[in-house]
Amino acid sequence: MNESDTYTTGSPYAPHTDDGRTAMLEAIGVDSVDELFDIPEAVRFTDGFGIDARSERETRRLVRSVLDRNADLTELLGRGHYGYYIPSLVDHLADRSEFLTSYTQYQPEVSQGFLQALFEYQSLLVELTGLEIANCSMYDAATALGEAATLAERVRSTSGHRVLVPDLLRDGRRSTLENYVAGTDLTVESYPTDDGTVDVDALESTVDEGDDVVMVYAENPTVRGTIEEQLESIGEVADGADALFVLGSDPVALSLLQRPADVGADVVIGDASVLGLPTSYGMGLGLFACREEFLRQVPGRLVGVSEDATDRRAFTLTLQTREQHIRRERATSNICTNQAWVALRTAMHAASLGPNGMVDLAKRGVTRADELAARLDDLDGVQAPVHDRHHIREFVARVDQPAPAIAEDLEKRGFAVHVVGEHEIQVCVAGVPDDDLDDFVAAMTEVVR
Amino acid sequence: MSNDQTTNDPTTDASQVRYDQARYVNDGQYEPLLSEKDQTSVDIGAGDSPLPDDLTRDDLELPELSEPELARHYTRLSQMIYGIDSGPYPLGSCTMKYNPKFTEDVAALPSAAVHPDRSEESIQGTLELLYRLQDYLGRIGGMDAVTLQPPAGAAGEFVGIRVAAAYHEHNGEGHRDEVIIPESAHGTNFATAALGGYDVVSLPSDEDGRVDLDALEAALSENTAALMLTNPNTLGLFERDIEEIADMVHDVGGLLYYDGANLNALLGRARPGDMGFDVMHYNVHKTFATPHGGGGPGAGPVGVVAELEPFLPAPRVREADAETNSGQATYELFDPDHTIGNVHGFQGNWLVLVKAFAYIARLGDEGLTDASAKAVLNANYLASQIEYDVPYGPFHHEFVASAGDQDAADVAKRMLDYGVHPPTTKWPEIVPEALMTEPTEIESKDTLDRLAAAFNAVAQESDEVLEDAPERTTARRIDQTSAARSPRLSWHELAEEDT
Repeated sequence: MNESDTYTTGSPYAPHTDDGRTAMLEAIGVDSVDELFDIPEAVRFTDGFGIDARSERETRRLVRSVLDRNADLTELLGRGHYGYYIPSLVDHLADRSEFLTSYTQYQPEVSQGFLQALFEYQSLLVELTGLEIANCSMYDAATALGEAATLAERVRSTSGHRVLVPDLLRDGRRSTLENYVAGTDLTVESYPTDDGTVDVDALESTVDEGDDVVMVYAENPTVRGTIEEQLESIGEVADGADALFVLGSDPVALSLLQRPADVGADVVIGDASVLGLPTSYGMGLGLFACREEFLRQVPGRLVGVSEDATDRRAFTLTLQTREQHIRRERATSNICTNQAWVALRTAMHAASLGPNGMVDLAKRGVTRADELAARLDDLDGVQAPVHDRHHIREFVARVDQPAPAIAEDLEKRGFAVHVVGEHEIQVCVAGVPDDDLDDFVAAMTEVVR
Repeated sequence: MSNDQTTNDPTTDASQVRYDQARYVNDGQYEPLLSEKDQTSVDIGAGDSPLPDDLTRDDLELPELSEPELARHYTRLSQMIYGIDSGPYPLGSCTMKYNPKFTEDVAALPSAAVHPDRSEESIQGTLELLYRLQDYLGRIGGMDAVTLQPPAGAAGEFVGIRVAAAYHEHNGEGHRDEVIIPESAHGTNFATAALGGYDVVSLPSDEDGRVDLDALEAALSENTAALMLTNPNTLGLFERDIEEIADMVHDVGGLLYYDGANLNALLGRARPGDMGFDVMHYNVHKTFATPHGGGGPGAGPVGVVAELEPFLPAPRVREADAETNSGQATYELFDPDHTIGNVHGFQGNWLVLVKAFAYIARLGDEGLTDASAKAVLNANYLASQIEYDVPYGPFHHEFVASAGDQDAADVAKRMLDYGVHPPTTKWPEIVPEALMTEPTEIESKDTLDRLAAAFNAVAQESDEVLEDAPERTTARRIDQTSAARSPRLSWHELAEEDT
């Protein structure tokens, strides 16, 4: 064992000297630390967990060796979660330890930097959605959708209880929503889609089956990568039923696609971590923006502007009387720890791109998806895209052979794609370099041969 | 639009452009907003739009800054933040302790960045790490099964409540509609129970700050779904009657829920599972030193006894029957039989879980046990050194002092002037003007002495001094009332005011 492999007995992060410990025990008036544990004999634990301590070097080696079991694949995966390139600026600055090692900003006088960064994040979302209010994070899109439903229940005093979601919705999102509404009177129901987008007539009949709809949810783009063309009509149907129109999207799509406020959206949710986070096995950042009239019903934290005692502009958490630590069981949400540092990363990434970069990234999502679809469509045994729609970032392709076999074969060649039907795969260009797309087309050519 | 406020004025007094950490003031601002530096509006329809106009927005207006400008902006912002790396951070119940730096490196390994829709075969490393962390947490909590999905402690509470509901429903006991919560509990407990659709039955403390058994007896009934408890409680006191409490709850058919916020005090000394708790959450960002990130991300894994395992969120990770050619175990996802489904779109905050795994693997039995021993030593030592009244005791990891005639919030502001972060204030409410203090194991005697000196200096100061505090921080006392009375929540609202 070389020197850097040595470790102290006990926690290496508890810096007590023997003399210090003795002096402290004396000051307290006890002979040993054991005396400080006021635990009845019957529930004392003395067995040990059976977890070996390791040096820092050994621990790094352990984690690396475990994670090295992950295959190194080119991911053409999306469906709401994207692996865009993240500028180095984001890692280096977000990793400054003041950002990383601070707590929720309960003492704003020593938290101005984080509060301002979160205020800038909120402002980014306000610009992207056109809605007046954005909070400074929920956990992810699925939990933000759940919070939107409970908001709908709070702001509509009708006897409504139906929450309508498209039948094209990720299972995890729908299931999370159902857990969020389990303790309320709300029920979740699907409405039909057609050719990858909302079937507005079918939505209208679903709404008309009762007069008790409190929320209509739609996504733009949809989980299949199609761009929704009838947002305004969907908004009108929701409005006609006196229901909230909740739209799911993300910051890259919002840079280019119709502004939610312009199509009547009352709430926008989604995953903002498309900027700022690597794919991270699904870790997210719940985007939540809404109209001003819901201000006092908004879930989550809000950063606002105020002045300090010298009349200078200063930032602070505000309207905390909505929050669990003050309002307890009457709070608008139980959220406490949220995703503040991810919001910081997202704001940094967006700032790094700037408005031209954001719009450009979104436009390239459209053109590159189109180009890849055309190249795949040229292969025998592949039709792409399946939906006769505009797409952004991703699309569904029909394959003559069974889709799981195609995906498995592609994986052996180093590519990951979604299987979304017996004969349907979904591929995504976001974050995938052009060279890798060329290699992918070559692999597909082999696989479908 | 360009709104450049950083122009160089040669007549400016040099003292006003000092890049000093405490106060960089530019036109009445500590640091201009990005939008005040430079904004650009992009016309979407112009030029090469690949979409018809009616499917796109008209324009997008956001800051357009160079990388050096952004680097300075965010560096400036970071200099206006107090973190655990800046100094002591004794926020009661928040467990702010030092985060080892190497855990950031392992979480940033390229092999950790996998898409959640990857095939199980291609992410055996991720699944193995999750499996091993489930195992670690199960051993530490004395629990039979663990889910890692909840993305924060409150989300873990929600899983606990949903699992309890599903369990009762499954047993034909769906009528149970009450959750009992001690008055001193974390605010999230109440909000979570309400979100789960339960009526909250509030439980008063007895004279020594613990659960009042008579009051508990009165609160329990055939309608009790669960009792949510933390042990040691938020006063830092161990609930010595825990076995009796568990029996009482179980006798009426209720479940006992453990709020893991205070687990740092117990590592290796006692386990919730052994105390009779049926379900618990772990705040891995507290107990296992993963950075709090200015308010997240955290992670709130949930452990349960075997009876409740079938109700845990889906999917979970288990060892598969197959082995690799080299004899390594393989792992797979599965849905528990009566699962409540998802509580997060995917599998929670993966990167936080990687850090927690690395921390536990680094410390092992000895390190974890030592951490809690020193956390308890530190709390008791600090309590013995401060001149404010400290009712109750003996303490575990945290204690609640009373600021007495002083306003606890003012005390906190004044402590900032002494260069230390203050404790949690005004809570729990059973102690008047509460100063809830948790130094954790990471502070040395010297630091604790400095902390005590700050408490004791403030204790001697007048209300006038306290009301003016802080005066040595970046920003001075901030007007909370005006922030709430006329909410301005984005730079758009500031721009409107200017015009």
